[in-house]
Amino acid sequence: MSTAAAAPVKTMPEHHYLNATYGIRSWLLTVDHKRIALLYLASVTFFFFIGGFFAMMIRLHLLTPSGYLLSADTYNRMFTMHGVAMIFFFLIPSIPAVLGNFLIPLMIGAKDLAFPKINLLSWYVYVVGGAFTLYSMVSGGLDTGWTFYTPLSTVYSNSAVAPAVVGIFITGFSSILTGLNFLVTIHTMRAPGMTWFRLPMFVWAHYATSIVMILGTPVIAITLALAGMERLFGLGFFNPAMGGDPILFQHLFWFYSHPAVYIMILPAMGVISELIPTFARKQLFGYHFVAAASLAIAVIGFLVWTHHMFLTGQSTYAALVFSFLTFLVAIPSAVKTFNWVATLYGGSISFDTPMLYAFGFLGLFLIGGLTGLFLGCLGTDIHIHDTYFVVAHFHYIMVGGAIMGYLGGLHFWWPKMTGRMYPEWLARISALILFVGFNLTFFPQFLLGYLGMPRRYHVYPPEFQVYNVMSTAGASILAIGYLLPMIYLTWAAFCGKVAGDNPWPATGLEWKTQSPPLTENFEVTPVVTWEPYDFHNRPDLGLDAVAANGVVPAHGDD
Amino acid sequence: MQSPLPFFPEQASNFAGNVDALFSYILVTAIFFTVLVSLLAIFAAFRYRRKNASDIGAEIHGNTALEIGWTLIPLILALGMFAWGAVIYVNYRTAPKDTLDIYVIGKQWMWKLQQPNGRKEINELHIPVNRNIKLILGSEDVIHNFYVPAFRVKMDVVPGRYNTMWFRPTKVGKYHFFCSQYCGTNHALMGGWVIVQDPAEYAAWLSGESGDVSPVSAGEKLFTQLACTTCHVSNGTGRGPSLNGVYGAKVLLADGSIVTADEGYIRESILQPKAKIVAGYQPVMPTFQGLVTEEQILNLTAYIKSLQTQPVPAKGAGVAPATSGKK
Repeated sequence: MSTAAAAPVKTMPEHHYLNATYGIRSWLLTVDHKRIALLYLASVTFFFFIGGFFAMMIRLHLLTPSGYLLSADTYNRMFTMHGVAMIFFFLIPSIPAVLGNFLIPLMIGAKDLAFPKINLLSWYVYVVGGAFTLYSMVSGGLDTGWTFYTPLSTVYSNSAVAPAVVGIFITGFSSILTGLNFLVTIHTMRAPGMTWFRLPMFVWAHYATSIVMILGTPVIAITLALAGMERLFGLGFFNPAMGGDPILFQHLFWFYSHPAVYIMILPAMGVISELIPTFARKQLFGYHFVAAASLAIAVIGFLVWTHHMFLTGQSTYAALVFSFLTFLVAIPSAVKTFNWVATLYGGSISFDTPMLYAFGFLGLFLIGGLTGLFLGCLGTDIHIHDTYFVVAHFHYIMVGGAIMGYLGGLHFWWPKMTGRMYPEWLARISALILFVGFNLTFFPQFLLGYLGMPRRYHVYPPEFQVYNVMSTAGASILAIGYLLPMIYLTWAAFCGKVAGDNPWPATGLEWKTQSPPLTENFEVTPVVTWEPYDFHNRPDLGLDAVAANGVVPAHGDD
Repeated sequence: MQSPLPFFPEQASNFAGNVDALFSYILVTAIFFTVLVSLLAIFAAFRYRRKNASDIGAEIHGNTALEIGWTLIPLILALGMFAWGAVIYVNYRTAPKDTLDIYVIGKQWMWKLQQPNGRKEINELHIPVNRNIKLILGSEDVIHNFYVPAFRVKMDVVPGRYNTMWFRPTKVGKYHFFCSQYCGTNHALMGGWVIVQDPAEYAAWLSGESGDVSPVSAGEKLFTQLACTTCHVSNGTGRGPSLNGVYGAKVLLADGSIVTADEGYIRESILQPKAKIVAGYQPVMPTFQGLVTEEQILNLTAYIKSLQTQPVPAKGAGVAPATSGKK
């Protein structure tokens, strides 16, 4: 391309956080938030592969009604360990601990998080918790469902429940420490001029997420500790034969685990709120409303937990109140969606890979969010509760929403993290494969659910087979859609084209430093004088030069 | 007969039509918003695609009227869904009076069901069409869930307590029922068939050879075997209160409060007798926890329920005098 030839050849900066020190000790004892983010990246990817392997086993097994691949016990272990690996060890830490860790100090103009050593500690805590859980997986597995419902988990299960419970208990502390670190950092370490309403929406989303992490996670720790004591020492908290109440466990469990859904989706919403303004080159529509919606979700999200329990025999009045609040929590999500779409209006929209993920997120989150209405509604929940409808719904939110956000964010910030670009066309095709594969996998499960196929079945009546075959076919496409980015992003980290400081260009502070950044992030503390996502008063973005010289940004189509 | 890609399951109960109608209402709303938002996004993506590498978007910050609009409109629609769903749910949780009561016990991994006349079934449930059916659900071990997709109803079966569910089958036929709460190894095999019959056919089936004794007589026998009769003397002269007329009545407790004697109260009094002491009696009854099965508890309960029509003694009854208690 002739215009590209006019662009100055970009080179990697001489000093940056990746080459500041060398050797395994420099990584394992680092207190640099960016290196810790990469440690998290490696470990959550590891658990994603484990969880993904279990998912493939599940889908292959369900290809036929009689299930030809696994025994009942093995199948039950597969879906349990799929859930445990994906939720506690991938989805919950993914965006906060990888992208949040890397970006929050950069975005607010700080040198690091408030407590760098606690940040490193949180990673070690995660690894120790992960090790216990892996031990549970190899020493008998786990077959209680990720929900650990009592008394199945505490009295009747013959699998390695105790080490898994200990592992998740420990890992929770890593979440708490991360949330604490973010809150203190956002409160105290913003650069001059970085007022609350100049914060990128990604930071707002993590602020809301951190509140949920700090207030919710201790409850799951207590719950699992009680369940562990009942299993190991026979204390009757939940076992009705000893005077305990099995429904009490569900109250405690969902008091955390429903807000935990927002730990997974809020950060993804934060990523989308960065991607859409950047690639539409336009301010985020209704900034204050989007920020308020994040906080509203975090607060109301704590008050809806018994919508998982409408059919446990709980009081009718309680069910009415919780159904009502569930409909309320849907509203801020709707508000965010409308604001994202309104941001597109009048923009200058490009279709770079991160933006494709943002579009994908919009579509999948719409379906995932709207199908939540059927489940929050008491009348329809009687029928579809505990069926594949639920499975499809939460995969649309947690895989369609959270992982689309995570991958979109990884592509967007990959040049900042590694200093290098990924192959654009391969990335676009992967995003498309992922979108198609995802819908083919999970959309048929809505239909299965309404027809009445219960969850967690290792065999099923033959009339459900058509949709199960479609779902398994989709899962194989989806697997390719996940493998491709893993491969080319790794390749790009070492061999990709040098990206430059601000390849898109984007407006955030993280793009005002070099790529990859220095260990100290900025040579001098930046001073913020502009409004968020404002492209109009930002000559430093170099768009005028582009207009004058016809120089296209570095990532151009190659 | 069935389409290769079915959407709605068969409708075979009083709830099915209403649940499907509510589902369709939410579905239409959801499709409307999905299409609206998708079309707007696709339209914007084409209309405002970047033409020159240096183009930037228009300077638009937001619009408060729009924000209020797209907060309020979804809120109103959502409240409509809530209200309709609440009506169905309250109806489902409030069984009518004239039900045919069937006891259902879930255990890993089978269902035991018993008709009012004592006829027992395993993994099959025979019921007459167009009759209100109430299932009284108990569990021997973990939490199960009784689910009949064609009826659009399900309810958890929780150990340590009774749940009830009701429905009225509207179509003769054979329908799947499933366990839909994960309960261990053979969760997926823990299902069976609901067989809805004409009343005449059902009556013929019910009177067929089964050799099962009715829960009431089984309970009466147990009541003697377990020596309950030693203290719960029917004329009110025993160490425990007479149980005549207790079921469904108000009971005055030692702490002054009043409870209604339902299935849950009877069950608790058998398993945790010290939890609620009847006024005027000593906490001397031993627990029967671990000594009786769920099925035996149901039989005892059925027997105690049958005493409802027996004459209540003037002294020594569990029943609270009509004058006492204001709550």
